[in-house]
Parts: sequence; C-alpha cells; structure tokens
Amino acid sequence: MPRLSRRSAVSRLALASLLAPLGPELVLAATTPRRGGTLTAIVQPEPVVLTAAVNTAAPTQFVSGNVFDGLVDYAFDLSLRPSLATSWEVAPDGKTITFHLRQGVLWHDGQPFTSADVKWSLENVWQTIHPRNKSIYKNVETVDVPDEHTVVLRLKAPSLAIMSTLNASGATILPRHLYEGTDILTNPYNNKPIGTGPFVFKEWKKGEYILLERNPHYWDQDKPYLDKLIFKVVPDAAARAAALEKGEAQYAILSPVPLREAERLGKLPQLRIETRGYEWLSPVFYLDFNIDNPYLKDVKVRQALAHAIDLQAIAKIVWYGFAVPAISPVPSTVPFFHNPDVPRYAFDPARAETLLDEAGLKRGANGVRFKLTHDFLPYGDDFKRTGDYLKQALKRVGIEVDIRAQDTASFIKRVYADRDFDVSSSWNGAFPDPQMGITRIYWSGWVGSGTPWTNASGYKNPLVDDLIDQAAISPDAKARAELFRKFQTVVQTDLPTLPLAELRFFTLHAANLRDLTQQGDQVYASVKNAWFDTSAE
Amino acid sequence: MASLHYWARRLIQIIFVVLGIAVINFFLLHLAPGDAASVLAGEAGAASPDYMAALRAQFGLDQPLYIQFARYIGNILTFNLGFSFRQGLPVLDLILQRLPATLLLMGTSIGFAFLGGSALGVLAARRVGRGADIVISTVALLFYATPLFWIGIVLVVVFSVWLDWLPVGGMSSIESGYGGIAYALDVARHLVLPAVTLGLFYLAAYTRLMRASVLSVMSRDFIRSARARGVDERRLMRRHVVPNALLPVVTMLGVQIGSILGGAVLVETVFAWPGLGRLAFEALFQRDLNLLLGILLCSSIIVVLVNLGVDLLYSVLDPRIELN
Repeated sequence: MPRLSRRSAVSRLALASLLAPLGPELVLAATTPRRGGTLTAIVQPEPVVLTAAVNTAAPTQFVSGNVFDGLVDYAFDLSLRPSLATSWEVAPDGKTITFHLRQGVLWHDGQPFTSADVKWSLENVWQTIHPRNKSIYKNVETVDVPDEHTVVLRLKAPSLAIMSTLNASGATILPRHLYEGTDILTNPYNNKPIGTGPFVFKEWKKGEYILLERNPHYWDQDKPYLDKLIFKVVPDAAARAAALEKGEAQYAILSPVPLREAERLGKLPQLRIETRGYEWLSPVFYLDFNIDNPYLKDVKVRQALAHAIDLQAIAKIVWYGFAVPAISPVPSTVPFFHNPDVPRYAFDPARAETLLDEAGLKRGANGVRFKLTHDFLPYGDDFKRTGDYLKQALKRVGIEVDIRAQDTASFIKRVYADRDFDVSSSWNGAFPDPQMGITRIYWSGWVGSGTPWTNASGYKNPLVDDLIDQAAISPDAKARAELFRKFQTVVQTDLPTLPLAELRFFTLHAANLRDLTQQGDQVYASVKNAWFDTSAE
Repeated sequence: MASLHYWARRLIQIIFVVLGIAVINFFLLHLAPGDAASVLAGEAGAASPDYMAALRAQFGLDQPLYIQFARYIGNILTFNLGFSFRQGLPVLDLILQRLPATLLLMGTSIGFAFLGGSALGVLAARRVGRGADIVISTVALLFYATPLFWIGIVLVVVFSVWLDWLPVGGMSSIESGYGGIAYALDVARHLVLPAVTLGLFYLAAYTRLMRASVLSVMSRDFIRSARARGVDERRLMRRHVVPNALLPVVTMLGVQIGSILGGAVLVETVFAWPGLGRLAFEALFQRDLNLLLGILLCSSIIVVLVNLGVDLLYSVLDPRIELN
C-alpha cells in the first residue's frame, strides 16, 4: 500500500505548539513557508500546446494550471473555493448564474483582468471549441457583464454541471485582448501563454523543458513561494525514477514510474508518495463488452463475466494497491452522485458457470465454452497486466481469451470507429459531475462515432438516454443526484460496461517540498502553495 | 572529364533513390490505422465528432489519398517538407531545431566507436591469443550482444544514481543558466552517457572487424616484403597495415549510419536527449505523418550522402580504387 506520509495542516500545527518551548526559530523554519528555490517537475509526454483552453490533454493541463487561474478551485471534497471569482450565486430555477470577480487582478502582460475576458472565453472557447464543455455550456443564451467585476450567465435551460467545470483546466479564461479576432486554435499565444496565474511563461525548448518564473504581481499575497518552475520532458520511465531518486526532479504526477517501483521510491527518505489531488479527475477503469458479439449480447453472459472477475485481485495484485474495486461507474470519490446500492456481482466462479450454462453455452469437449478477444488500452503495462489477469480468470470458467496489442491510434479506430472487438479496457475521468466523463460511456448517440472514450459497447437504452437528458437540465441538485443514482442502477443491471476499479494515481515529490497537495484538483492546479523546507539542511 | 561524368551519374542516382524512398514511405505510413485527429482527441480525454471533423479538415486529412499524395510530391519537388499540424510548426523548422542535438550525439558516438574500435582491434590483433586479446574480444562480444536500452539504464544507475558523477538525462542543466564555455562543458557532461551507450555496440562491432581485418592484412605478402625491407614495426602498422585494414570497417560504417539513426531512438528516449530519433518515434505514435515523412526523407538524404563520402574515403585509403 502507498505510504501517505504528508502530514495534514492540523497535525503540523499541533507539532508546532509542542515544539514551541524549543525556540521560535526552529518552529518558524518548520512551519512558515520560505520564499525561493527552483522546482523541477517531470512532464510526460511533452505537451502539444500550453493552453488548456484549446487542448485538454493531461500534460497541457499540468503546465497550463500554473499559468492560468480558474474562477474557482475544488477542495478535496469537491466543494468550490474562491479563486478569480470571490463569490457566486445560482438562482433557484437554475437559469441564472452570477459570478463576482476579484478586483485588481492583472494579466501577465499588465492588462487588467475583467468580466469581458470571462464573457469572451465562454462564448468563443467554452461554447465552441472546448471538447468537454461544449455540451455543458450550450444552454447559456446570453452572458451579461453589468460591470467589470460581475458576470451573469442566462440560460435557456439549467445546466448545473457548469459548476463542476470552473477551475483553471476545466474552463480556462483567455485574455480577450490577445485572442479576439484571431483563429483561436492557431493563435501563437497558445504556446507562450499569458495568464493571471502564479507563474509567468518564460521559455519552451521543444523536446527538453518548459520554464516558468514567479509572477511578482500575483493577486494572492506572498504567493507563489517558488522562484522558478521547470517542466522537464523525460520519456523513459526508468530515467524518471532515477531523476526523482537523485533529486534532479522533485515533482511528478499521474503515476510517473512503474507501480512496482513506486513502493520502493516512496520509502526513500528523500521522496514522498501522494494519492490525494486526483479527486476532481476521479479516474474509473472499466471493461467494455461489445454487445453486438453473439455471446456478449446476452446480459446473463455479461453478468457471468462480472462474477468471474475478482475486483479485489485486480486492485490489490494487478494494480499493486493503487486502485480500489469499483462498485458503480460513478466512483466513491464523487460522493454526491455515487450510488453504493447498485446491483453487485461478487467474485463467484461457480455462479458464473451456472449463468453461462443457463445461457446455453456449455463447456465443449476441450472444456472451452467460447472464445473472445481482448484489446487492452495501450497506455502501459498496467492495462496489459489486467488483460493477462482477465485471460486467466475467464479461462477458469471456460472462456478462452486472446489478447491483442496495438498502438493508441489503432486502438481508437478499432474500438470506437470500426467496433471490431469483443472486450476492451479503458479509463475515464469521472470528474465531479457524471455528465462530464461518465454518461458518454452509455449514451446511445456516441455509438460508432469514432470518438474515443465514449460508448464502445453499442449499448442503446432509451431509459438511460432519457435519464441522462433529464439530469442535464434538472435545476435541482438533489433531484439530479437521484436521476444519476437511478442511471447507475440501470447500467449496472444491464452491464454493457463493467467498472473494474477506481484508479488511485500517485504523485511523487521531494520530501522537503512542503504544502504541495492542497486541493482536489491539485494535479491540474498550480503549485503556488508549495515551498522548499531547508531547515533540515 | 571522367570525374564530371561520375558526379553527374551519382547525382541522378541519389535523386532517384531519395524520391523512391519518399514514395514508398508515404504509402507505407498510410497503411497504419487511425490518424492524427483521433490521437489528439484521445489525448484530450473528451471530444466530439465535430471537434474531430474540424481537426481533420484543418490537417487536410479529409482529402482522398491521391490528392494528399499529389500534394506531398509537389511539396518535395519544391523542397517544402510541409507543416506539422500537431506541433503547429513547419516540418523543416522542427527538424532544424533537433538536428544539432542529433548530429552531436551521432558524431560523438560514431567517432568514439570508430576510433576506439579501430584502436582496440589493432591492439587485440597484435597480441593475438594473449591476455589483452582475450579480454578485448570477450568484452567486445559482451557489448555486441547486450541490448542498447539496457546498457543505457545500467550506466544511468551506476554513474548517475550511485556514483553521482554524471546527470541522469537531458542535454543541459536548465536551472543553472550557464553560458559560453561553462555551457559547452555542461552539454559535454550530459553527452557522455548517451554517446557511450550508443557507441558501445558499434565499438564492439568495429573492434571485432578491425581485429580480423588486421590479422588478414598482416599475413599478406606485401607486409612480409616490407618487413624484409627493414621497415620498423610502428611504421609498418601505420603506413601499411592500418590503412588497408580500415577498408572493411569504413564499408561497415557507411552501411550502419542508417541503423545508428534507429539506435538513436532508444538512446534519445532513455536519456531524454532532444534529438531527431525521438521526434520520429513520437511522430509515428501520434500519426504526425508530415513530420515523420520529413524526418525519414532527411535521414535518407543523410545516409545517401554518407555513403557517397565513404566511396570517396575508399579512394583516399587505397589509391588503386578509382571513382567510377
């Protein structure tokens, strides 16, 4: 199991008061952030652009989150915290959302940040080219800016999911004065971003590094504490492990080293392993069953497969404890929408065999009932290992599995465009709202569209489509949660997709890098709170 | 006159070879399933069909293959390598950004392999059957048989992590802000491990080749007669044995330049070296075909030119070989 050794702020305060008699200097050194220092982070793969507004790939968000601020941040429990918006109101009918903006905020080029920037970004980026937000913001009819620090969204129909997209990565605000009238996708500032955030873009040496420097005019007093922030491109996993171990890099996110290395590195005195900060992403790992397959079209067969797979073994052994068994497609890290009362399929190979017999798929002379192919997500060894486990587990109940490997482009075409597969694996970020990352796996409109990480199974259920559509425009948070709970019950009964595990991605960072992980969207947020503790040296 | 004729023939040959490679590359790469738009959409984590359609239109991927091919050939004939939509830069710019790092790495490792391999080969041949020969031959065989990436990782663990003598990877210490000579020294420190890793395999090959070659030359009649004329050993090696023994090594060098580019992919990945090999490797997985085709075209030009250079070198090493 990962060792979660970052002390909470509370226990650190308690420690400080214990140490107080020893002398004020020592206590100050251990608890008060110190200015200065260069933080070298590892980014892999190299980002395509540095502005999350035009590309929501993880490496882009990792860098972009330090240059831009969002209207809000998300706490560990996914509640909203002020950032560029100091307060906000949602009208009871859900059709008006008002944001009050922070005053005196400057873009890195010295221009003032105003409500006009927010309005322009919403209308020209979030509603048009942003791949995830387009459908969530489509009901916004007009954006009023009564003054420079107030933004009022007026909607045709409610869209409460908006409230889960508002951080620097989910809804990046671009400087209108640099983007208006240009082709947003090819604007040169995408690669030399101008934000309002704690770090200012300095240089991008392709293939090597991205350099950011402290923003001396940052609105959040005294912050950031670090002078420089370097993102180094390190393509090889063993080299990443070596760089972290040696201290050449002090921060890396999204499980940067192989899982079997993680435990060893986490135990080194100079390194810490951290699994918090991924709550806003909330990754869930699942299998898609192609329901056009002559065997898998029978719900009994799909349920039998669920009984044949030991989710505990996948979490504990295959994923080295960096995962917990999934109960429903909406993970437990999104407690407001998670439904723990869905039908569950306990690990029970005997039950699986009974179900398969009932489906008329008896074992043949060689003990084999039928054959399936499995295309695993080509995102590294962990997904292949899960495929190996699947092969073993299904063999026990008489199903022969052939594992097929390919690169990402081939995988996307095979699974989401050609649908030439039986069982595939994938993971989606659930995000704080199922509408952002989960419903796309089940909504029938996505079938065969060639769009990655959408409905691969071919599942078409009008009831599910209806629940999804209703929830999208429900003005009442509680009623919405109820709709999503019902949705989870239906899809866990029909089981076109089998949620396997809630992945626990980890961050590795230097032990003396303090106060790094402060929020639920930390991995895509800035390191403005982080500082190097040199008191031990 | 004969020489002019020779050059004209070689030039025409080169043009046809490079064009042929370009055409084959184009169709081979278009056999790969999936395209750049689906890769970008996949990385974005979320996308919609119209987002992907917009990307395809922007990249020109919505055109039929014969139009894409006509455009590509038209571009090549006007010395235009096209545009990498993924990176948002002309392919030529991207290649020129990475070329110095690649040439530095390749030049150093080839130089190391060629000089070191030849010297060790001569040494082993002169002590044939004795201790030094056995040690050199065994070690050479060991490096010849060990995979490149593994050597790289072991060197990192030993020299960077344990001994802390050399940096883990990259091309320079970004945070130090060195300039001038300090910067050159810093790059040199970063260059040692990747160049040694890439060079060791070839060093081993050249050692073995040079040893065999020296042994075979030493048994030839003209060496015996030189000895009989009273030429002393050192001069004998330098003037008579080594130049003749080098011919097969030089041939091998010319043949292997292409595969050194291939090996550079691994080494550049392990050491985070910002070279062309890694760029090509990433372009393949990202289906950035314009960029990949550009890199392959440039590599084929380099290989063809190096082979031309090797032919020239023959006539220097052995004046009996003429250029026609």
